[in-house]
Amino acid sequence: MHMIAAIIQPHRLEDVREALSDINVQGLTVTEVKGFGRQKGHTELYRGAEYTVDFVNKMKVEVGACDSQVDTVIEAIKTAAYSGRIGDGKIFVYPLSNVIRIRSGETDEAAL
Amino acid sequence: MNEITLELSYALDTFYFLVCTAFVMFMACGFAMLESGLVRSKNTVEILTKNAMLYSVACLVYLVVGYNLMYPANPVSSFIPGLDFMLGSDNSMADISAGEGSPYYSSMADFIFQAVFAAATMSIVSGAIAERMKLWPFLVFAVFMVGVIYPVNGFWKWGGGFLDEMGFQDFAGSVVVHMAGGAAALAAVLMVGARKGRFGPNGEVRAIPGANLPIAMLGMFILWMGWFGFNGGSMLKIASLDDANAVARIFVNTNTAAASGMVAAALLYRALFGKTDMTMVMNGALAGLVSITAEPLLPGPGMAMLVGAIGGVVVVLSVLGLDRLRIDDPVGAISVHGSAGIWGIVAVVFTNPDATLGIQLLGTVIIFAWMFGASLVVLFIIRAVMGLRVSEQDEFEGMDAHECGMHAYPEFVSANTSDMDGTPLRSSAAADGLLASRKPVQR
Repeated sequence: MHMIAAIIQPHRLEDVREALSDINVQGLTVTEVKGFGRQKGHTELYRGAEYTVDFVNKMKVEVGACDSQVDTVIEAIKTAAYSGRIGDGKIFVYPLSNVIRIRSGETDEAAL
Repeated sequence: MNEITLELSYALDTFYFLVCTAFVMFMACGFAMLESGLVRSKNTVEILTKNAMLYSVACLVYLVVGYNLMYPANPVSSFIPGLDFMLGSDNSMADISAGEGSPYYSSMADFIFQAVFAAATMSIVSGAIAERMKLWPFLVFAVFMVGVIYPVNGFWKWGGGFLDEMGFQDFAGSVVVHMAGGAAALAAVLMVGARKGRFGPNGEVRAIPGANLPIAMLGMFILWMGWFGFNGGSMLKIASLDDANAVARIFVNTNTAAASGMVAAALLYRALFGKTDMTMVMNGALAGLVSITAEPLLPGPGMAMLVGAIGGVVVVLSVLGLDRLRIDDPVGAISVHGSAGIWGIVAVVFTNPDATLGIQLLGTVIIFAWMFGASLVVLFIIRAVMGLRVSEQDEFEGMDAHECGMHAYPEFVSANTSDMDGTPLRSSAAADGLLASRKPVQR
């Protein structure tokens, strides 16, 4: 099993969610995050003085996937979050050693 | 009346006008808070700036040309007002003691009272086009709206024009102010289009919740309080037994209509959806206020309760209806001011013997056609010259960064002296405050 963490543009969240539900992903976690990659930050103005906003708003979508599903999930997220501009984000894949459903105690694939 | 009494009466009426003016002026704050509470945080600064700037622009334009267009000393005809600039001098003792028909309060007070009404009309539009119309094109539109479009409509009724001659009744402006603003707002919304993501491809209506509901509620209460000046001041007089009683009655009716509008909206919404939506409840109160604005004097409190309640029902149905028609109005301005305004003007016939349904409706249609049509033309020209809507990318990132260069709730901010890639910022010039130019955005 793997944990797929995708950092995406905030306005792409709905598209990604729909794409994931289309491939039968049963759950995900969303966090509002700030970050930068090549997009860098930008400068803003406050009463005549400049300041830099280094961090850009993003959304982090985390999905647990069993090995057979990992590629389809990555493909779905990639397509839904794509716009072609710098700032589209990145997908990170971590190995996942265990998943437990709290209510029923199911583990591994049954808990996803 | 002897001279002392006359002067005292003049002073009292003038004082009354000025106090009411201050109340209505503060409605600008009410609008600002209400609107900023109902938009997303990334658009908060822009809408606040827009509200503050439109108030200022409206006051200035109305001073220079609008007021005299609305109340011309020498109109061309009952359809076409006259043209005059700035203000004249105020009344003297001789002016006010010339017997029947003499001015009984300061003409400067008259101007400033009308100016805050004009600014209020303009504020109606800013909520409807929130989150997607650029700031400066909107302000350019405000110049034309407060300079020409609104004053012409005001002249037709309050300036003694043909609607007044026809017997059209509108005490404090359900149609002349509120529906007029609603009509202009509708034109603007149609010209600028809906916010991205608001309506789905299969007709779904998607909610875009406001980011600061406490501020929105604050705005509503400020508007409610300001309305006492709005309706109360439209009595235009207080310095006699009958007039003082009339003003008190207006206050009671105004308050009652707001309260019943709120309760009716709350009950209807709960009946339809099982929950009590705070923003609908607020809209209900405001709709009640708009509804009673056409005739806040003649009804008894029971009638005022009914008028307000129906206003509350109308606004809920109108908000839902406009969504179905894919007309995106983030704060419900068109419903509160337009739809309830129409109900308000019709309700006049139930209590005012001088009003007839036919004339009320005719006046409404004429004012709607003028406000809507003229706004559409001006906005069309503005769109061709400077564009109306922000780009899609700027709409996603939020208008605050693009239009105002700042955020409402800045976080993760550092006062750096060098940019991301090591280039020093022009910190000395910026620190001197000499340069307003910004560093190019690194994308």
